[in-house]
Amino acid sequence: MNLLTLKDAVAEFVHDGDQVALEGFTHLIPFAAAHEIIRQKRRDLTLIRMTPDLIYDQMIGMGNARKLIFSWGGNPGVGSLHRFRDAVEKSWPLALEIVEHSHAAMANAYDAGAANLPFAVFRGYRGSDLPSANSTIRWIHCPYTNEKLACVPALRPDVTIIHAQKADREGNVLLEGIIGVQKEAVLAARKAIATVEEIVDEFGPRSTNTVILPSWTLDAISVVPGGATPSYAHGYYRRDNAFYIGWDNISRNRERFLAWMQENVLDSQPAPASEILESLTTAGDGE
Amino acid sequence: MSATYNPTEMMTVAAARALGNSDVCFVGIGLPSAACNLARLTHAPQIHLIYESGTLGTRPNVLPLSIGDGELCETALTTISVPEIFRYWLQGGRITVGFLGGAQVDRFGNLNSTTIGSYDHPKVRLPGSGGATEIATECGRFFIVMRHSSRSFVEHLDFLSTLGHGRTGVERRELGIKTMGPQMLVTDLCVMRPNPETCEMEVTSLHPGVTPEDVQKHTGWPIRFSSSLKETEPPTPHELSVLRDLYARSEGNIATVDA
Repeated sequence: MNLLTLKDAVAEFVHDGDQVALEGFTHLIPFAAAHEIIRQKRRDLTLIRMTPDLIYDQMIGMGNARKLIFSWGGNPGVGSLHRFRDAVEKSWPLALEIVEHSHAAMANAYDAGAANLPFAVFRGYRGSDLPSANSTIRWIHCPYTNEKLACVPALRPDVTIIHAQKADREGNVLLEGIIGVQKEAVLAARKAIATVEEIVDEFGPRSTNTVILPSWTLDAISVVPGGATPSYAHGYYRRDNAFYIGWDNISRNRERFLAWMQENVLDSQPAPASEILESLTTAGDGE
Repeated sequence: MSATYNPTEMMTVAAARALGNSDVCFVGIGLPSAACNLARLTHAPQIHLIYESGTLGTRPNVLPLSIGDGELCETALTTISVPEIFRYWLQGGRITVGFLGGAQVDRFGNLNSTTIGSYDHPKVRLPGSGGATEIATECGRFFIVMRHSSRSFVEHLDFLSTLGHGRTGVERRELGIKTMGPQMLVTDLCVMRPNPETCEMEVTSLHPGVTPEDVQKHTGWPIRFSSSLKETEPPTPHELSVLRDLYARSEGNIATVDA
C-alpha cells in the first residue's frame, strides 16, 4: 500500500493540464482532495464528473479548470451552481470549455473506459439537440440489426480520485451505500487515488458482494476522516443538506465566494491529523 | 367535503393520482419526488420507486434534498451502480413511467433544461439533461410536472434537451421510438394530455377555480382545450394530510417547501 498524506498524493499524481475525475454520485464526494488541489493551485485541468456539484463549482471558481466534461451541473434540490454559471456565461474567472453529455452517456463512457474499449455504444440522445452541441456524440449502426445507436468516446482520466469508507492494512478499499460510478472511474483511469475515513486491520464481517477495490488498482491511499464533507459517508456521517442550501448564498457573489474559499480552504490546514497518519505509516512499514 | 389547499398541493396530488400500484417509476428530484412518494403513501403502496443514484424500490420516510441522500439508500430494497441503473434497468426497458420537470416545455411536451438563449452564449446556463434525455425515450411513458408560467410554457424551446413528441409532434414517431413519450403534463392550473392524433398537449381538466383564460394567460402558445374538458377532483382530506405530514417530516431537509 502506498500510504501518503493527501498533500503528497496530490503533489505526486495531479499535474497541470491533466484530465481529472473526482467521482462520487452525491455520496462519498472527495471534497478534501479537491481542496488540496485548490491549495496546490493546479491549472488547466479538464474536470470530469457526471454531476459537477459544489466540488467543481469551487474548483471552477478558483480557476483550476480549463474544460469540463459533465452531464448535470446544478446544486441538487437547490438550484444553480453559480460559479459554473459565471464561468460559462461570463468567463469568470476564466473561460470554461464544456463537453456536455447525458447521465446515460457519461455512465456508459466510464464503463467503456474501465473495459478498455475506445467508445461506448448505447440507445440514447434520440431526438435531443445535445448531439449538435457536442461533436463527440456520434452514431453507429448495429452490424446485426442496422439499428442506429449513439456512441461516445470512452472516458480515460489521467487520474481518478474517490473517497471511500475504509481501507485495510493491505490497502484494499471498501465502499458501500450509493456506489455511483467510482469503480468504473477508478478502473478507467491511468492513476487512481482513494481517500478513506479510516484504515482497519481487516474489513471483518461483510456481504460477499461488497464493493472492494483491490490494492493493486490504486496508486495511493490517504486517510482523511470527514473527507467527503459536506457530502457524506454512509455509516459515518450524514449529508450536510443545510450546507448545500447555504452554498447558494455563499457562491452567488464573487467576493463572498472568494472570502469563503480563503477562510475555509486556502487558510485551513490539509487534513488529516499528522499523528494519526504517522502511526499508520509506521504500522504499514512493518509488512 | 373538501379542505382548503394551495395550487402546489393540487398539482402534487393530481400528479400522484396518475401513478398506480403496478408502476415501476423513475423519479426526478423536487416536485416529482413529492408526487411519487405521495402516491406510495396513499393509493399505490406497491409502487416501485427508482432514483438514478441506483436505489431500487426505495421507501423514504422524508423527502430527499438530492437524488442520492442516504435516506434513499437506507430504505431501498437494494442499491446498484449508476452504470447499471442506466444500462440494465432504464435502457433494459424495465421502467414503466418516468417523472420529469424542466425549465421550459413546448406544446408537444419537449423539454429544455440546458440553456436560455443560444447554447454557445447563453443568457442563463441551466443544469443540463442529467438523466432526462434517456428517461424520456426509454421509460414506457413519462409525466411532466411544472409550474405554469408564460416564461416556461413557450412557443419555441431555446434548446431541446429532452424529446417529447418532437418539434412538430411527429419526430418521435418518425425516429421509430416505441415508447409513448409525454402522456401527461400537470401544472398548478390544470392537467394536460396529448391529443391522440396531433400529439399536441391539450387541457383535459382545470383545477377548481381556474378558468381557461387563466391558463391561456400563463401559456406562450394558443392553447387547446379538450372537447371533454373536466374539473380536476380537489385533494381529499386524506391526500392533503399525508402530503402535509410528508413535508412536515422533511422540514429542514429540503430547500423550500414548494408553495
